[in-house]
Amino acid sequence: MHHPVHAHRQRAMLVIGVLLLCAIASLLFAGMTGSIAVPLAEMPDALRQLARGESSLAASLIELRASRALTAFVTGGALALAGVMMQALLRNPLADPYVLGISAGASVGALFALLMMATAIVVDMAALGGAVAVSMLLYLLARRDLRGGLAAEGGTSMLLLTGVILSSACMALITLMLSIAPEGRLRSMIFWMIGDLAGAPLRLAPWLVLGAGLLYALRGARAMNVVALHAEAAATLGIRVGRLRKGLFFVSGVLTASAVTSAGSVGFVGLIVPHACRFAFGPDHRVLIPAAVLTGGSFLVLCDTLARTIIAPQQLPVGAVTAIIGAPVFLYQLHRLRR
Amino acid sequence: MIRTEELDLKAGSRLLVHRLDWAARPGECWSIIGRNGAGKSTLLRTLAGLRRPDSGAVLVGGHPLDAWAPEELARQRAFLAQSRHDAFSYSVIETVLSARHPYHAQRYWEGSDDHRAAMKALEAMEVADLAGRDVRTLSGGERQRVAIAALLAQDTSLLLLDEPANALDLAHQVSVMGLLAGLCREQGKTVVMVGHDLNLAYRISTHALLLMGDGRWLAGPVGETMQPALLGDYLGHPIEMIEHGGRRIFLPFEAQA
Repeated sequence: MHHPVHAHRQRAMLVIGVLLLCAIASLLFAGMTGSIAVPLAEMPDALRQLARGESSLAASLIELRASRALTAFVTGGALALAGVMMQALLRNPLADPYVLGISAGASVGALFALLMMATAIVVDMAALGGAVAVSMLLYLLARRDLRGGLAAEGGTSMLLLTGVILSSACMALITLMLSIAPEGRLRSMIFWMIGDLAGAPLRLAPWLVLGAGLLYALRGARAMNVVALHAEAAATLGIRVGRLRKGLFFVSGVLTASAVTSAGSVGFVGLIVPHACRFAFGPDHRVLIPAAVLTGGSFLVLCDTLARTIIAPQQLPVGAVTAIIGAPVFLYQLHRLRR
Repeated sequence: MIRTEELDLKAGSRLLVHRLDWAARPGECWSIIGRNGAGKSTLLRTLAGLRRPDSGAVLVGGHPLDAWAPEELARQRAFLAQSRHDAFSYSVIETVLSARHPYHAQRYWEGSDDHRAAMKALEAMEVADLAGRDVRTLSGGERQRVAIAALLAQDTSLLLLDEPANALDLAHQVSVMGLLAGLCREQGKTVVMVGHDLNLAYRISTHALLLMGDGRWLAGPVGETMQPALLGDYLGHPIEMIEHGGRRIFLPFEAQA
């Protein structure tokens, strides 16, 4: 006889295994696809040449595409994970990593740097600085909702409202900068806001952030379930609600900041992917967290591959593609749910 | 089991409960009675540790709430909130399994012992057939029974319940209350609950705590505290009592038209 507990665990392993294969497939697809196709059969040779440092056309194509695809993957994974955490923190399945204004803060920083004609690295740093500044401000203003101790009173409405207001304040600053920006710089500013992976360098830091965030989330997955189910009454089940809320706030903030720093504010991934995964695999965070990271990564790799091929040689910003795919998918899910 | 020392509770500047010195011992079943806004839920949340006392202290097993590690305390006392908002589509069995958290906070997956405890609790609440259902599709009464099942699965010696009979049909009101009374009588557990049905409260409670809402309170065995004159005073409406086959039945007084 099959025991229900073991069946649950086996199903989880199966889901993660399949998604892992999907992730590998998406990366391979990204490597094969482009103005010059590299057939699957040539892939092992090309990878071997790349590893040995030999130069060939296939190897250098793969190198270019892999670095961009891997950046897409880490960005998508981080956004999806931040989305799951934000939804658990606010107990609202419609929350996303941007709802609290962290990405709007990053946009203010990045756009200001672009307006000042700063170099790419300065733009990234300014984005990070903007995200950190908004997070700190949010923490100071909404400390009440994140307070530690056993007696975590009330919900997170203060945090949500403060975040929404900060976000609109940042949007006002963004509009201001866009309206005074000279023509020549508008395009790069708009592309940054939509989210673009062209020219995003492959860095180690986002991978470390994603790894650490994933570790934190997996360790707290059971506690996140209890809080998602019982809200502040989770404290009576032995959860340190205040500490968990603070942890979710900071870790999702760092993940969001890391993602928007390398790719701009790519929309919809942090909302759609957690939602779709919850819809397909259930709300249990022990499955949801790894599933969302893998799905988010694969989704952004595929979107970015589309973005650079769909009207090649012209390249679209990846954020436009995620929104075009994301909005109808989200509406479809919403209506299936309501029925 | 649970005790308060000079406990003060306030709502804004209004004093709800003043210098409450009260204790519930193993095997006792307490009902907290008072009108709306008298501080019943506030008191229960304070006893559960979800709200800080405005002064005084709450002690469980002789130790102040602050001195307990949260997961240790969660193996001693369980709390049923007055209402629930389900944001996510967890299944009934997942809901009940989450109440086993304090027993295996370090494990990633629940064990089969947790599963057995959860199923037993669902069976006791007659909702075992709903185990696979999405909690958001349940009726109010079914959801309430699932919540009480989670409380039972937590397997604590102290149970704090805010309106456990809420949304239950007549048959389940009687069976759930009977089950709670049985837990006190047979397993020596301590139950403290808030409820509005005096007859239900009188049938299963051993003690009652009356709250006036202006600081005054009265605690004692139901025989002494659940008197028509006292209840009428504390509820702000005259109460009549009928003795029927050895049972006391309380009725709100109605002036003849």
